[in-house]
Amino acid sequence: MSQAADSGLIHTFFNADIVRQTTPMVLEAVGQTIVVGVLVIVAGILLGTALATWRFHTQSRVLRALIVGYVDVLRAMPPLVILILVYFALPYVNISIGSVLATFLCLSVILSAFIEECVWSGIMTLPKGQMEAARSTGMSWWQSMRHVILPQALRLSLPQITNRCIAAIKNTALGSVIGFAEILGSAQAASSDYANPTPLTLCAILYIGLIYPLVLASRYLEHRAGIR
Amino acid sequence: MQEILDTFFNPAVAAQVLPMLLSGLWMTVKLAALIIPLGLLGGLALALAHTQTRSRKLRIAINLYVDFFRSFPQLVLVIFVSFATPFIGIELSPVVALAISFMLSTSAYYCEILRAGITAIPPGQTEAARSTGMSAAQTLRHVVLPQAFRNVLPDLLGNSIEIFKGTSLASVLGMSELLYSAQSAQSVLFNPTPLVLAAAIYLALLWPAVRFISALESSRRAQGG
Repeated sequence: MSQAADSGLIHTFFNADIVRQTTPMVLEAVGQTIVVGVLVIVAGILLGTALATWRFHTQSRVLRALIVGYVDVLRAMPPLVILILVYFALPYVNISIGSVLATFLCLSVILSAFIEECVWSGIMTLPKGQMEAARSTGMSWWQSMRHVILPQALRLSLPQITNRCIAAIKNTALGSVIGFAEILGSAQAASSDYANPTPLTLCAILYIGLIYPLVLASRYLEHRAGIR
Repeated sequence: MQEILDTFFNPAVAAQVLPMLLSGLWMTVKLAALIIPLGLLGGLALALAHTQTRSRKLRIAINLYVDFFRSFPQLVLVIFVSFATPFIGIELSPVVALAISFMLSTSAYYCEILRAGITAIPPGQTEAARSTGMSAAQTLRHVVLPQAFRNVLPDLLGNSIEIFKGTSLASVLGMSELLYSAQSAQSVLFNPTPLVLAAAIYLALLWPAVRFISALESSRRAQGG
């Protein structure tokens, strides 16, 4: 390939002027993505762990079936469908929520379903005797759960939990479809303003910078779990 | 209550849009039937290359490929492939753009799953099979791969469901699959029933699959595997 063609490609896909002009806007979007992503992960893990604990604690078959139903429904529907349903259908009954809040709520609820599944499978892997032994030392059910069962269940399912959290962060990109100016949304806007794909390239690089370390961390966790 | 029913579960609207949604569903099924096998084949090729090669460089290159594409949101790949390629004079039809972007990332996920399945088979099995006179290809075909596929079946199915759900991203490119049909019906009729109906169709299709995977996983857990 000739040098002219090379610099042409770079001029198109990584135009230094456009990078300079769009960087502040896209960096702000990175901030938004990180904040929403972290909040989704915290809410999803808390809610998912609470649901798994509740499913383990309750004697009611109906309640257990409801929790399993909640998890199944959220695992079976595409996140984009849930997001669009919440964002475009609720205004018909005069409930209107902003695109950032809608993204946060939908992704947290979806993540909680996957986390429930991971934590539940962790709890089920532990021998039954663990709870009995903990209770026989005089701990209450909640104390046994808090100090014996949950720490082990979470550790056992850590690789799967990490993968689900990575998926949740990636799903923040779906917010662009309902007008949340996260990384992808603002890059698309800038790309059409400048009639140039450079902001999209920048967006791809930012996602790599943001998520690649997490992917490496999950690989490390899987590797460690495999050794043990 | 009646008002809520009329808004979200309006029978007249549902009857009117059902044919349109079903043709959207047909498009969704066709997309999944194109994208899932492509990703599976790509992933199998990568997993075989990774496990069978003696070259360290090739293995590192495959790891880089896999981690690179696991780091992208699917929607970012879809948008990048379809909106950036015209700038270098390549006009891809939406189906081709979608197929390329899905193949890049889904092959990475399938590769990870299949590689784990293949490496879990003890090397003694391959040695034993080879010593009976089977070729390397025969050993893979008759001994290693059938067991590897069986071992990672829940993960393979789970990933395929994720890809099926991912076909909803085609709506962003304006392809009239299930979600897109529902969205256009909703904006024309000014009623959210089509969206609710589309969600119900996804649920009806994928719930049995999700249940099946959960049952498979818990029975394997019970066997201690």
